[in-house]
Amino acid sequence: MLALNETWYLVLAAMIFTIGAVGLLTRKNPLVMFMCVELMLNAVNLTFVSFSQALNDIAGQAIVFFVLVVAAAEVVVGLGIIVAIMRRRQGANADDISLLRG
Amino acid sequence: MRVEMFTFLLTAAICLAGSFGVVLLRNPVHNALSLVATLFGIAVLFIQQGAYFLAAIQVIVYAGAIVILFLFVIMLLGVDRAEGFDREPILGQRPAALAAGVAILGLSLTALLSVGSRVTGQASTLAAIDGAEPNINALAKVLFTDYVFAFEITSVLLTVAVVGAVVLARKAGAAIDAEEFPDGTAADLLQVRYEATEVADPELGQLDDGNASDSEPSGDDTETTTEALR
Repeated sequence: MLALNETWYLVLAAMIFTIGAVGLLTRKNPLVMFMCVELMLNAVNLTFVSFSQALNDIAGQAIVFFVLVVAAAEVVVGLGIIVAIMRRRQGANADDISLLRG
Repeated sequence: MRVEMFTFLLTAAICLAGSFGVVLLRNPVHNALSLVATLFGIAVLFIQQGAYFLAAIQVIVYAGAIVILFLFVIMLLGVDRAEGFDREPILGQRPAALAAGVAILGLSLTALLSVGSRVTGQASTLAAIDGAEPNINALAKVLFTDYVFAFEITSVLLTVAVVGAVVLARKAGAAIDAEEFPDGTAADLLQVRYEATEVADPELGQLDDGNASDSEPSGDDTETTTEALR
């Protein structure tokens, strides 16, 4: 049986990141797009922890802590923006929000 | 080793299934629940790699707070309907996105698998995690010594985010003044509004026609009826 080393975790993280990126590019509901961003952030967190374990260094876990905080702040502000937009236009999706288009 | 491999494979399957659920399911509530599955799976993988504190944070903050916030907004906005996949706004968007995904995955896997399982770089530059110290102690020591400035900046960031969310979610141009609280407390105001809506319900359509040019969906109507009752 193959040994479980950090490459397995990194491959899994790459898969989750790719799924999140494709979802972000294809979905239209802003809430679901946010969830896809969360998927990508979690894949990166998994990568950080795997390298932290592989290099026997706590710094990767400290970075993941900061990523978690920034993700929480990002979700709070992003959902505030989405609520403000949806209040004006019911059922708006990402294609309707194009006022900044040149 | 065999148990570790089994745990990893099972958790990886759950993570991937949850990720596909987030992207492929049509109902936003189902998307959020799939996201919970993925987050729990990643928490298990954190535990497997010795990051106990981060696993706890992952469950508490992500699954306990962020996903609940998502569900709260979904219910608040009433967007828990299925989204149509029928029409794509830009021609060829989905094939292009799939091509980008294949490119990302292919490049990552090539970079990962071509070098074998060999991590380059200097080990233990900051602090070792080889079991001499509990995980939480080691992480706390690093956070409050080497990264203390970033930690303080993080608290500022959280405060700014809370203030920004409050400002963004308020109705535009609505200032807090005494007019908004006629009887002194917010509970009384809510009661007044509720009764006004109940009483003036048949006339709401009429009021709606009068305010049809306004883009505000419901706030103005209750305001008007409250004033009419007064």
